[in-house]
Order: sequence, then structure tokens, then C-alpha cells
Amino acid sequence: MSGRNLITDAKNTWCPGCGNFTLQFSLKNTITALGKEGTPLDDIVIVTGIGCHAKMADYLNINSFYSIHGRAIPAAAAIKMANPDLTVICCAGDGDAYAEGLDHLIFAAKRNSDITVIIHDNRVYGLTTGQYTPTSPMGFKGKSTPGGTREEPFNPMEIMLASGATFLARGYTRKMGLLQQSILEGIRHKGFAFIDVLQICASYFNRSEYYDRLVYELTDHDPSDFDAACGKAREWDYNREAPIALGTFYRAARDTMEDRIRVERKREKNRDSTIRRILLEKS
Amino acid sequence: MKEISVLIGGKAGDGINIAGMVVAHLFNRIGYRVYMYFDYPSLIKGGHNFAIIRAAEGKIGSHREKVDFILALNQDSVEFHKDLAKADTVVVYDNDRVRSEGIGVPIADILKEEGAPPVMGNSCIIGAFARAAGIEWAVLEEVFKKQVRKALEQNLKVARRGFDTAAEKKKIVPLMHDTFPVISGNEAIGLGLIHGGLDTYVAYPMTPTSNLLHFLAAVAEEHEIAVFHPENEIGVMLMALGSAYAGKKTAVGTSGGGFCLMTEGFSMAGMSEIPVVVVLGQRTGPSTGLPTYTAQSDLHFAIHAGQGEFPRLVVAPGDAEQAFSWSSAALRLAWRCQVPAIILGDKTLCEGIYSFDQAEAISPGISPPFEGIPGPGYTRYRITENGISPLLSPPAKDAVIKVNSYAHDEAGITTEKADLVAAMTEKRERKGNFLQQEVNALPSVHLEGTAGNRNTLICWGSTLGVCREVAGNLGLRLVQPIVLEPLPVEALHRALEGPGKVVVVEENVYGQLELLLARNGIRVHGHVRRYDGRPFPLEELEARVREVLA
Repeated sequence: MSGRNLITDAKNTWCPGCGNFTLQFSLKNTITALGKEGTPLDDIVIVTGIGCHAKMADYLNINSFYSIHGRAIPAAAAIKMANPDLTVICCAGDGDAYAEGLDHLIFAAKRNSDITVIIHDNRVYGLTTGQYTPTSPMGFKGKSTPGGTREEPFNPMEIMLASGATFLARGYTRKMGLLQQSILEGIRHKGFAFIDVLQICASYFNRSEYYDRLVYELTDHDPSDFDAACGKAREWDYNREAPIALGTFYRAARDTMEDRIRVERKREKNRDSTIRRILLEKS
Repeated sequence: MKEISVLIGGKAGDGINIAGMVVAHLFNRIGYRVYMYFDYPSLIKGGHNFAIIRAAEGKIGSHREKVDFILALNQDSVEFHKDLAKADTVVVYDNDRVRSEGIGVPIADILKEEGAPPVMGNSCIIGAFARAAGIEWAVLEEVFKKQVRKALEQNLKVARRGFDTAAEKKKIVPLMHDTFPVISGNEAIGLGLIHGGLDTYVAYPMTPTSNLLHFLAAVAEEHEIAVFHPENEIGVMLMALGSAYAGKKTAVGTSGGGFCLMTEGFSMAGMSEIPVVVVLGQRTGPSTGLPTYTAQSDLHFAIHAGQGEFPRLVVAPGDAEQAFSWSSAALRLAWRCQVPAIILGDKTLCEGIYSFDQAEAISPGISPPFEGIPGPGYTRYRITENGISPLLSPPAKDAVIKVNSYAHDEAGITTEKADLVAAMTEKRERKGNFLQQEVNALPSVHLEGTAGNRNTLICWGSTLGVCREVAGNLGLRLVQPIVLEPLPVEALHRALEGPGKVVVVEENVYGQLELLLARNGIRVHGHVRRYDGRPFPLEELEARVREVLA
């Protein structure tokens, strides 16, 4: 349906200046581009968790699975396994993917599920009004940590490299062109694509000045070089001030979960004859 | 004799379960119906395992208090089960490891002479047992050829040596009846799911449903179903919902602890109206409890699991035939009514071994799901009279298919509007009413005995086997609600009309079915409960029911 308006009539409730708007435009443009390339819009599914990011499911006029907190990734992986012809885009927050559902993220990377996971990493819980997340910097003063956090943040890029992600990129909501390019690359990548998006939270953690000063676009970097990717991932630890690389860190070609399942699938489809065969074996 | 009970015991790792299956097949081959109870602790090697195999002319699903034969591969098999022995119980034993009276078999020498590994000791003792029970060598040979696939020749040699060592002690008379497939409750559930249209099974291993995962994984090697074992039960449930959203009829399997983790996804199934089937095999709780023993203590959990209010189906089959029929029915009803469904089993049913009479396993007819028509006008949660919104899965031409765990409008977009929230809640309520009608139209209360019988025994789930025999012996009517949610209240009231006494049998301490019946205006006169992880032996239950009725 080429004439489809990609934005629904749902009232948009993100705060003014929210980084989610950039992500919404980027996704809309990406989906439009996919449509022009010949991917039917009916074949695209967006899966979201719970949090500000997740409203994307309401706002984009495409198939959607609005999951529960932390559980976007297993649903997305299963949708792709059930029907590998679908294009599955999974949006999750940093609370979703790095706290409540970290296990699912790691396992999806391990399996090389052919889905694209976009983390709206604003490094704060927005919808629950400002608590620290696994990527908040040490000392972050949130409502649950008024004296500041006493733990260091995760580096999700390192976690994903260690877990087997075959596409790894970082975006920033104030660099929309580059972000859009990373998302499109991620979707085109065959295998598990992971994009950590530094998103500013206008209400609880606006780091625009910090990011604007430190981000740079990766050039002269070979994304097929795992060690180089590890080096770039470690350059900034989500805590201490350091240059923050944007763009594609790593890309590898590996069989996906769906490839492996396709090979394994057997052809017997007649249920009655299968039941008969099994009962005969057990007589 | 036309009924026989055999206990075979050894340490974990001796292959007692497989040996028990072979004994069950020997009886099956000579025309008996069989039932096997397997008792094992939660460990891999060592410890004491035993199986009680019972064979009878009629349909059975329970074990007796006493056995006719004890096949002892370790001393514990004699010491621990003294209470199971009668004056004329024959002990067939490994005379290197066991001191006893009866038929001693020099297993170690035989294995050494045949160059056979220790695990073949059970073939040797089965050979000796066959001779002692007057079962012909040809029968044993036939059963071994079918059931013992690894190192058949050597197993047969070892069995023959055992056979030649022993002498006939108690002859079991061959019957001229047909043989049946001999399957576990888990296998019956799995076959029922396949019959019902299962596309995908997702599970994390947990006793007593791990064997269902293993069974379906093996089936998936030949048949086009997908079986997947993910990181944990939370992942299991969400994968099932994703899979079902994408159009695959999907089931999951677990026990109480795993189901605890699944409940957030189960509640999402209720809100998002994504059908899914949960095979919930109960074991002794709370918490880790007795992982390899039985219980019926998750009935209320199953009926109430998940936050919020939403319709669900809970069925509790009582034997292999019902497990087949109602697993198929549960899957089809879940998709018909777009509700989550639970097949509530327990260790006794799931891991029990039964003669399976397919002629009796008739799955009730259920109409197909309500399917949506693709197009721009499609909405996933269209408000309808019966509360069921026609179902579509992506991709569907020009349709936007949105499912949502939030309260939502007809299109699936989040809403907090009061009138819309109420309208959607009422839609789901009407769906529950529709489900109730569907359940009422099915044989969802199983009845045995004539209505004129004065007193009634009520049971649910796996105690059907033992209760059926007790009811028969005591001349009681038997009432077994198979569907426990939505409860077929009218059918139960009809079944319980009359002045007789009503006794409820349950394997839990609070009387969960009894409470459920009371909530629906059904008062009973007494109950028999057991909560030590072990199923009722026939004689014990009979005595306790007699006591309550006295």
C-alpha cells in the first residue's frame, strides 16, 4: 500500500525536544526507503518494550507487537523464526534491554537472530520519572539514588561484541543522517543487528552539550576487524569523558538462526500419519 | 493369575525406567493393559530408583499396595519395599549385590562371560523374571527386538542367560486381547497437541514436562513442527506469544516454578488476546519442593495466574486418552476463543506409562477460529457480539495488525479513555462467556457409574485412574470435571443431584477443588487428601474413602 500514511492518528505524548522524535523520523524514512526498494510494508513488524521509546508501536502505522517491559526481544526473535520473510525491527529502552531483559538481548546476539534491535539509550528511566539505568554514569542522582549511584555503568557495545552480535553500530539523536544510515544498514544486515542510540531525555537527563562535544563519525575504521571494533567499543566507557564514536563498529557474515532452522526443517506434514507412525513404534 | 504387579528397583543409572518399560511391554504383548509408576529422586547417578508395573485385564491407571514380584538390582529394592511384599512375593535379585531369598541371578558372572557392560544387568534380570512369571522366551525376544534397539544381540544373550537361570514360580496367563501402544502421559499430551494443529513448541527443561520437550524435539526431526529451547521461561512465554502473533499455533511446557516466570507473559496473552497453550505439569511445592514427585496443588494458581481479569481455559486430563483428546481440544479452543489455555497435568500423569486405546481418545469437535479479512479496514480488536475479534497474522495485504499489552482501542493503539477501557474489558468478558458456552457444549465433566448409585466420588486430573477403580469396587458414581476453568457448573450440579454423599479426592492439603466447588454452590460431605508427593495406591484410597463414607 504505497499511499499509506506511516504515522497513525494516535496523539503524540513525548516531551517537547525528546530524542524519540528523531528516532521516529529516522524509522519512518527508513521504512519508506525499504518500501521503495520493494519490501512490502505489510511484511514489516515493529516490536517494542515498555517505556517512552515503546510509543513508537502506537505512532508508526505498521504491524506492531507492543510487548511488556524487558520482553521485546524474545517476541521479536520468535516472530522472525516463525516467518523469516518478515522484516522485524525491535525498539527497546536501556531499562528494557540492559536491566529487565538483559538475558534476552545476549541470547538473541548469541543466536544471531535476524532482527534489528534499536536501543533508545537515554540512560535514565523517563516514564517512571527519573531513576538510574544500567548505562547511567557513576554518581547519577536519580529518584532512587538521591546520593548518586555507587556502581559503574555497563558498556553495551562490549557486551554485544562478547555475545556474538554480527552488526554493531552507535547512533546519536542529534545526528539524524548518520543514525538513519545506521538503522538502514542494520535492517539490511543479515543477522543480529544492534544499534545503541544515544538519545537525550529532555526532562530527566539532557546530555546534548556533552554528546555534541564528544561524538565523532567513524572513518578509517575496518568494521570487519573484531579487535578494532573492541578498541572502538572501549574508547568511551559510558562513564568517563572520552571521544564517542558513531557509525558502524562491526559487521560479520555468519549463518543466522533462521538459516539454520530452514536447513533443519523436515517435510512430513500429515499429522495423522505422524501420530500413527509414533503409536506403531510404541506398540 | 490375570493381574500382576512387579517392582523393579536399582540405583539411578541402572536404567530402571527403561527396564520397567520393557516389563510393561512384556505384559502388553501377552494381552494385558498396563500402567507404570516410576519413582526416582532428583539426582543422576546413585540413589534408589524404582518402577511399579501393574498389568490387568481391564483399563488401569494406578498401582497396588502389594506386588507379586520384586526385581532387585540393589539391596535397597528389598529393604525399602518390605511393606510392598506379600507372603508369596517372589524376589528375583542380583546375587552379587543383593542378599535375599528367592531367585538369585549371578548377574556379574553372566555379564563378564558375555563381555557385556553393567547397564545390561537389567536385561539379565528381566530374562530371569520372564521365566519366573511363565512368559515364553519368544515373547521376550519379540519385545526386545522392538524396544531394545542398542546392542540387541548382546542384550538378548544376557537375557537368555537370566531366563535359563530361573524357574517358573507364578504363571501369568496370556490373554487373547489386542495389544495397545504403551505411552507416557507426556507423549499423549504431545500427540494430542500435534493432532490439534501444533506448529511450534517452546520450553525450558523442568520436571515433569522435560520429557514432553524431548518427545516433541524428536518428532520435529521428522515432522514439520518447530521446537525451541530458549534462555528461560520468561523468554519461553514471550517467544510463544511472538510465534502465535506470527500465525503459529504454539504451546509451551513447564512446571509451577517455570510458570511463575511465565505469568507476566500469560497476563499479556490475556490483554493482547494472543492464544497460547501452557502444559503445566504439577510437582510437589512450594518452591523447589520435591522436584520428581507429584501434587495437585497448582489448581488455584492456574485459575488465577496473571494480573488483571481475563478469560482462560484450564483442562485437567486424567489418563492418557483424555490427555490426547483434551490437549488437542485445548489447543483448538484457545485459537477458537483467542484465550490462553492451560493443560494441567502432574508428575503422575506426565511421567506415568499407560496402555493407550486410541479408539477411546476421541477429541471433541470444535469449530475453527474466527479469521479476519485482510484490507485497510482490518482492526485487530474489533468489538463484536461474542467478544471475539477476527484474527489475522502478518503479513496480510493492506492490513495493519497491532497487538498491545496496554489497554487499547479496536486498532490496537494504546488508550486510557475510560469508556473505551470499559468497552474492551466487556468485550473480553463476553469472550469468556462464549468460551463457557463452548465448554458447556463439550463432554467437559466425565461421568462413570449409574446415576442411581447412592454415593459419589469426585476427582480431578491423574487421580482418575485410582478413583475409577475405587468407585468400581465400592459401587460409587464417579464425577471428574475435566475443564476446571471456566467450570462447567451446570453439568456438575446435574451430575451431583440426589441425596447421596459426595467425597472429593485430591492430592493437596487445602482442598483446592473442594473450595472451587463450594464457591459454585456445591457442598461435599467429606474428602480424602494426600500431600506427601506420592500418588494413592489403590487399597489405601479405597480404605480411606470407605472410612469417610462410614
